Amino acid sequence: MTAPLSLAAARPDTHPDPRKVVVSIDGLNKFYGDFHVLRDVDLKVREGERIVLCGPSGSGKSTLIRCINRLEIAEKGTLLVNDTDLALTTRQAAEVRSEIGMVFQHFNLFPHMSVLDNCTLAPMSVRGLSRKEAEERARFYLNKVGIESQAGKYPSQLSGGQQQRVAIARALCMKPKIMLFDEPTSALDPEMVAEVLDVLVKLADTGMTMLCVTHEMGFARQVAERVLFLDGGQIIEDAPPEAFFNNPQSDRAKGFLAQILH
Amino acid sequence: MNLDALLAFFVDPDLLERYGPRFIDGLLVTGKLVAISFTLGALLGLLLALARLSNNVLLQRLSAGYIYFFRGSPLLAQLFLLYYGLGSLKSFWQDVGMWWFFREAWYCTLLAFTLNTAAYQAEIFRGSLMAVAPGQYEAARALSLKRSTTFFKVILPQSLIVAIGPLGNELILMIKASAIASLVTIYDLMGVTKLAFSRSFDFQIYLWAAVLYLLIVEIVRRSLKHIEARLGRHLR
Repeated sequence: MTAPLSLAAARPDTHPDPRKVVVSIDGLNKFYGDFHVLRDVDLKVREGERIVLCGPSGSGKSTLIRCINRLEIAEKGTLLVNDTDLALTTRQAAEVRSEIGMVFQHFNLFPHMSVLDNCTLAPMSVRGLSRKEAEERARFYLNKVGIESQAGKYPSQLSGGQQQRVAIARALCMKPKIMLFDEPTSALDPEMVAEVLDVLVKLADTGMTMLCVTHEMGFARQVAERVLFLDGGQIIEDAPPEAFFNNPQSDRAKGFLAQILH
Repeated sequence: MNLDALLAFFVDPDLLERYGPRFIDGLLVTGKLVAISFTLGALLGLLLALARLSNNVLLQRLSAGYIYFFRGSPLLAQLFLLYYGLGSLKSFWQDVGMWWFFREAWYCTLLAFTLNTAAYQAEIFRGSLMAVAPGQYEAARALSLKRSTTFFKVILPQSLIVAIGPLGNELILMIKASAIASLVTIYDLMGVTKLAFSRSFDFQIYLWAAVLYLLIVEIVRRSLKHIEARLGRHLR
């Protein structure tokens, strides 16, 4: 018997990170029927860390971040957010879950509500804010994403980039501690990608803990502290962007990078 | 034939004077019958749709069985079954204190119509709830919205836009099917029509009935158009 092969590139841990671990994943396994999507995934995310997840389609990157806010439920393994198991039905677990914001590839705005109502619904009904407080907060974040002037419009009256910025503002209105992004720019026309990435860069500057599934490698270089490369349901590489892009360890990451960085 | 004679052929002033007020009454009875049973049917139908879409197998089966029975048998048979069938168990209903209900043709008709339309509306609601994009549920979950908030604020308004057309169809079908209430002694629009015809033997009575049904349907059609525009205002 040989020792189990560690696929993640070894990184000498010279100075241990003092920041608090906010997401702690241990031996996570997830199946879709017979398809084994996540295989023994281990991951620690520290407060304020900005992580980009990439990898070929079907590699499990979206599933992994969807497990973090329990849109998907893993069959095996532990997943703690702020030391809390979100599978519990306690008030504390619900509270922690409500502090995880998520932005989807297809925006998923509520089409029958105005931009403002999209942003105030959850703060009012989950956080118990008054309409006035919720609207103030909504306008603050809509202003941050540069879209306050469209507050009265319906989502269908906005461009894709504008809709995605509203979706980001909507998530921020819950004052999340962690933000998850599932391919936030993949459904956008090329000329609208930049406006959404700009918002993400600004958000990263505020110290938000971010996990972002994306193929925007320029964004990864600029913003990420760590790039995770997934394939076949496993984290194959876990490295700072410079190391990952300039010196990928695995053949699969090399092949992947060769394909997307023409 | 001059113009007056032609007019009297369709709207005879004497007949109108004699039966006009009854027709107004009949119109109101039909309106009330349909309005009450359609509304109660909508509530029951929504519950049945939710039962069919739930994860509970027992609820699914019960709901599916209900819909299967009430869509699969004639409304007339259901009405007779209630009024003559259950109505014949007089002593039983007296014992359970429900005789006041099954004694009355009006209540039996309301019940039969409600149960019948609920089955059709359940299928309309089920389809329209399934038409709401899964991403909407995910967004609501990601925002930690409560299940009730998700349903009433996010899912239901969107599904109603899909449902409104078929629901309008069902309402119009109900209005016309309500004529069978006249077979169990209800003086709805068709009831008064039959009465007036049996006394006058003038065919124009049926013409009046047809025009009045048309009138109700037209009012419904216009209201639906208005509601549809309001519900779908974000789509323009």
